[in-house]
Amino acid sequence: MSDVRYTKDHEWIRLEGGVGVVGITDYAQNALGDVVYVEVPEAGKALTAGGEAGVIESVKAASEIYSPVSGEVVEGNAGLDGDPALVNSSPTGDGWIFKVKLSNPDEVGKLMTEAEYQAFVDGLD
Amino acid sequence: MNRQGRPTGPSVSTGDTAGATWTGNKALALDEKLLFELDGWGRTGVDLPDDGLDADCLGGLNRNKPIGLPGLSEPQAVRHYTRLSRKNYAIDMGLFPLGSCTMKHNPRLNEKIAGLAGFADIHPLQPVSTVQGALEVMEQLAYWLTTLTGMPGVALSPKAGAHGELCGLMVIRAALEARGDARSRVLVPESAHGTNPATAALCGYTVDSIPATPAGRVDVDAMVAKLGPDVAALMLTNPNTCGLFESDIIEIAEKVHAAGAFFYCDGANFNAIVGKVRPGDLGIDAMHINLHKTFSTPHGGGGPGAGPVVFSDALMPFIPPAYVVREGLDLRLVEDVPHAQVGRMTAFHGQMGMFVRALTYMLSHGGDGLRQVAEDAVLNANYIRESLKDVMTPSFDGPCMHEALFDDRFLKDTGVSTLDFAKALIDEGYHPMTMYFPLVVHGAMLVEPTETESKESLDDFIGAMRSLALAAKAGDTERFASAPRFAPVGRLDETRAARTPILTWQEPEPKAAAE
Repeated sequence: MSDVRYTKDHEWIRLEGGVGVVGITDYAQNALGDVVYVEVPEAGKALTAGGEAGVIESVKAASEIYSPVSGEVVEGNAGLDGDPALVNSSPTGDGWIFKVKLSNPDEVGKLMTEAEYQAFVDGLD
Repeated sequence: MNRQGRPTGPSVSTGDTAGATWTGNKALALDEKLLFELDGWGRTGVDLPDDGLDADCLGGLNRNKPIGLPGLSEPQAVRHYTRLSRKNYAIDMGLFPLGSCTMKHNPRLNEKIAGLAGFADIHPLQPVSTVQGALEVMEQLAYWLTTLTGMPGVALSPKAGAHGELCGLMVIRAALEARGDARSRVLVPESAHGTNPATAALCGYTVDSIPATPAGRVDVDAMVAKLGPDVAALMLTNPNTCGLFESDIIEIAEKVHAAGAFFYCDGANFNAIVGKVRPGDLGIDAMHINLHKTFSTPHGGGGPGAGPVVFSDALMPFIPPAYVVREGLDLRLVEDVPHAQVGRMTAFHGQMGMFVRALTYMLSHGGDGLRQVAEDAVLNANYIRESLKDVMTPSFDGPCMHEALFDDRFLKDTGVSTLDFAKALIDEGYHPMTMYFPLVVHGAMLVEPTETESKESLDDFIGAMRSLALAAKAGDTERFASAPRFAPVGRLDETRAARTPILTWQEPEPKAAAE
């Protein structure tokens, strides 16, 4: 079973072994509107939990993408280069943004579960 | 007509085909072709003599196919741009409520003075003995800026607000390095203009965001928690982008200085406090001033901007050239400072044309007039805020400063978004307000009327806004979904324009040409 966790900045991370796949949530893509560009981190980039990992630009605004965990980027989603709309159409599937090799797996425990995130989002409106 | 690059949506926005004309024009509403469609290939507006050069003088690097630019006669070119200008909205046509931009009237006196030969026809490489008048304008402008801000030094040369920020942060970095303590972080409130974090990053700092309080101001406790020996500066906008005065600014300055950091203020909103508050008295170390906002010519009047930076005593030794010094009766331009920590920010000395216009504005208003500018700017914004608060949702408690911030709570469950609302305002004959900024409120609409609007003008705008707010609540979504209906082009496909922009002229398909 894959374990998906969430941040207050509306990123999700899905653990596959020691590697986490990261993207933004459906709530976030909906709030951003049509995404026109995603600056994906390159493999090898060192990330800290809560630190900036990339930038996402929509017709409304440019926003940072924060890394939910510390570690090293294994792969950025090259598919977003030609088709940034994947973030809108499939935020938790083909619209993933980067994969990160966790340097401190304990950090995942501090992130929200699906139920906690849902309650967090419900409280925003 | 070639439709390449034109909107695919409901583009024939005037609708009414019953009254269609043969030309497609509607009296003075002219359907203008693109420059490339005017089909003047080979035509030219000027006769140039044969250059007499033989074909080999470029060593075989001659162009081997046509350059691909249309040729137009002078009247064709003049008419083309005049016709286009009639489709445009401008500060000379009506109220321009673009928040955070201070779109005030351009006094014609500015243009008269800037057009004087002693300003308009001089060159930066002339001997300084022949441009003493221009240098005196720079000296007087520096005097006014330092007097109005209560700060001892100024760098006039930065050419826009963001360039001023860069100058300010470079000077702060130089001052820190001079004491052997470069530091690594800059604090920026989350409501800041995007140029603030960009500037800090460009100067090699990491950016740490400070949250706002529910009252729309900097959370001082959160800021103090982020202060530390590695913080180089706080960058704060005051009044801030929510249109609010940072009421804790004295305490903020004290905490920043106690941590050994510098206090940078984004002076983009200086118009709201000019003549009322001196930033130097608030503990600010550096602040850029958008001459092209506070002192008229908003958005550079379509031309250049100018972003001089004023500095506190602590930063004075690091001010970059060029600057003017007086030697007896003569003025001299200091352009080279040996061993300067921060070199010159521009070629030459800055935007002379903007200096002249800003000083003209200052001298024609006087100190009391500038104070009234700030008072009326704040009064006008509050008049709009109070007049609309029963039908729209101001984001924070009033009074506000120079701009009124609304969010989209009043549109909840109407099916109308902030974007739709702004587009519908185009149909009412206004340039839309700033939308979706600042990011700290949902669906933001930021309205800055400026002091130059009369009460009648404000009442008309308020009437239009009220009408739209009531229509949205009454379920008249058609007025919004199809907006703008009366503009030269309908709703643009902004997503496609951003994702797959077509930036060059595309030859029409032969089929289209045979029509």
